Amino acid sequence: MALLQLTKISRRYVMGSETIHALREIDVSIERGEYVAIMGPSGSGKSTLMNLLGCLDTPSSGEFHLNGSDVSRMDDNQLAELRNREIGFVFQSFHLLPRSDALHNVELPLIYSGMPPARRRQRALEVLDHVGLGDRVHHKPNEMSGGQRQRVAIARALVNNPSILLADEPTGNLDSRTGDEIMVLFEELWRKGNTIILVTHEEVVARHARRIIRLHDGLIASDEPSLGVSALHAVGKS
Amino acid sequence: MTLWQEIKEGTVISFAALRANKLRSGLTTLGIVIGIVTVTLMATAIQGLNGAFRKSISSMGSDTLFIKRFSWFNDSREAWLKSYRRPLITLDQIEALSRQATLIKAITPFSGCRLPVTYKNRTSRSVSVLGCNEQFVNIGGNTIAEGRFFNAAEANGGRPICTIGSGVATNLFPNISPLGKKIRVGGTTVEIVGIMAQQGNFLGAFSLDNQVIVPMRYYTLAFQHDADYEIQIRVASMEHIEDSKEEIRGILRKLRHVPPSVEDNFAINQQEMFIATFNRVGGIIASAGLFITGLSLFVGGIGIMNIMFVSVAERTKEIGIRKAIGAKRRTILMQFLTEAAGICLFAGLLGLAIAFPVTLVISQFLPATLSLPIVGLAVGVSLLTGIVSGFLPAWRAARMNPVDALRND
Ligand SMILES: Nc1ncnc2c1ncn2[C@@H]1O[C@H](COP(=O)(O)OP(=O)(O)OP(=O)(O)O)[C@@H](O)[C@H]1O
Ligand SMILES: [Mg+2]
Repeated sequence: MALLQLTKISRRYVMGSETIHALREIDVSIERGEYVAIMGPSGSGKSTLMNLLGCLDTPSSGEFHLNGSDVSRMDDNQLAELRNREIGFVFQSFHLLPRSDALHNVELPLIYSGMPPARRRQRALEVLDHVGLGDRVHHKPNEMSGGQRQRVAIARALVNNPSILLADEPTGNLDSRTGDEIMVLFEELWRKGNTIILVTHEEVVARHARRIIRLHDGLIASDEPSLGVSALHAVGKS
Repeated sequence: MTLWQEIKEGTVISFAALRANKLRSGLTTLGIVIGIVTVTLMATAIQGLNGAFRKSISSMGSDTLFIKRFSWFNDSREAWLKSYRRPLITLDQIEALSRQATLIKAITPFSGCRLPVTYKNRTSRSVSVLGCNEQFVNIGGNTIAEGRFFNAAEANGGRPICTIGSGVATNLFPNISPLGKKIRVGGTTVEIVGIMAQQGNFLGAFSLDNQVIVPMRYYTLAFQHDADYEIQIRVASMEHIEDSKEEIRGILRKLRHVPPSVEDNFAINQQEMFIATFNRVGGIIASAGLFITGLSLFVGGIGIMNIMFVSVAERTKEIGIRKAIGAKRRTILMQFLTEAAGICLFAGLLGLAIAFPVTLVISQFLPATLSLPIVGLAVGVSLLTGIVSGFLPAWRAARMNPVDALRND
């Protein structure tokens, strides 16, 4: 079975007398080790899909299997545990805890998984070093640049060795050079075997992925390999 | 995450949150501070009163009966007036009771008046002069410290001898031993044969050691002819104290010619009555205190609840982040409960810090100290207030939907 298996997934928002169909019975299947970009115009349901994939939200109808277990029937606490274990989030606006330094932000998922202090500290330092922030561990978010903040967020997403790395517009708040650096980091992570799903509306960003799913008005408009990527890498390797 | 880890983490988080909002947190704690000050002072005062009372009352002895015309505690003025018309208790009656009663260990008539006592140029203006027999020393807390008590022959003989309380001893004989010395008691001269052990004072009001004890026979000759005698009795055993009381009651009713179906014209008092009355009064004081305390803690608790709702609203996004990366409901709940409890604990400690000097002032009047159990009580009450008033806001935070929370800016 696929790592992520969505069958006839719908997500409806009821606003008074009106029902908004953010997702309409979509089927998606993503294997371990894939690098997928989700694209689409504003309001097409990208973030809604992302929230479902990240187990932050549950579908109104349909079935969602993550790693073989049925997520649509889980309660709040089971979802929290699943997110902690299986999913690493990277958000457009970083979503770091403002009063905590980089180290503590990265340690947080390990705190929630109950890892003893000495080990989680070591692990957090390791990952921070990995994203190139070994010398910034005691800086608070407001003492860091946007790119550095996003690296902290990525370190936090990776620290628990999740099955999936989910990124919603990870470069949206960064200038193009810093954005490129982040995409290089993603590329590297993917090469090491991480499964990456990212939402973006920028073609250049999406081209980094190996597969692009395009949404339109809550439906899948297209789902195909990203051609530009292989070409890009063929060039890069030679 | 274990509960302990959650509390530890919650403590770290709440410290940071409190530091970020010093003034706000400080102001909110005011109600709790007042509440805790009241709790502490109430508890200290009650404990002090209790302690003073028990210490004073212990000199009476729980196995001692005090028989008088009056009951110690009367329900009404009428009852007082009625007991005034009762015939006096005579020495003959006491004598007869002493012969007939079988369930008693010691019995003595007892009477007293206040007189000046002089040795050479030193005078104590008002001393309790007490008359009793040789068995007095076997009753209650009366023990001899030095010398001896008078014997049966002396008690009935009327020789002018006495034992003195430790208060009189220190007042009149600051440098020499009083034994064998002759003092002047209200115009007569009496020789000291013994000194009573110190008994302290009664509820801090008057000293029990400022006394001169003379044989009953001498007392009636020298000071008071037809006194209103009291009888002090030590019962044979504490277990059968009710039997003793029944026996004494029967004998006295016969001796004092009380017809059947007419109520006693005397009263058998005991320490227990004191305790019961004290407990009743103490209970009233305590419940009044409890009410005031409860009220201020309630108001304080509402303040904490309010500030916690604000705190939860302000940190909605933080809650969203925490939930997104794996915090469970319980973890978030514990975080905010710990914060509320932390604020209240701080308030509690502040309250204790304020109450402490006040208890020092109280201790001038009562043997009151800020004891460890009271500190524990104050800490416990403040933590509890925090947990109770923080629960609703914390519950709201715990149940937040992470998607909605993350969208919050
Ligand atoms: N909490 C909500 N309540 C009501 N409607 C919602 C909610 N969240 C999303 N929607 C609606 O669902 C639809 C899809 O929203 P979604 O956020 O998934 O779009 P998106 O593709 O991420 O857009 P963007 O590129 O602007 O971020 C929109 O019409 C949006 O208004
Ligand atoms: Mg979006």
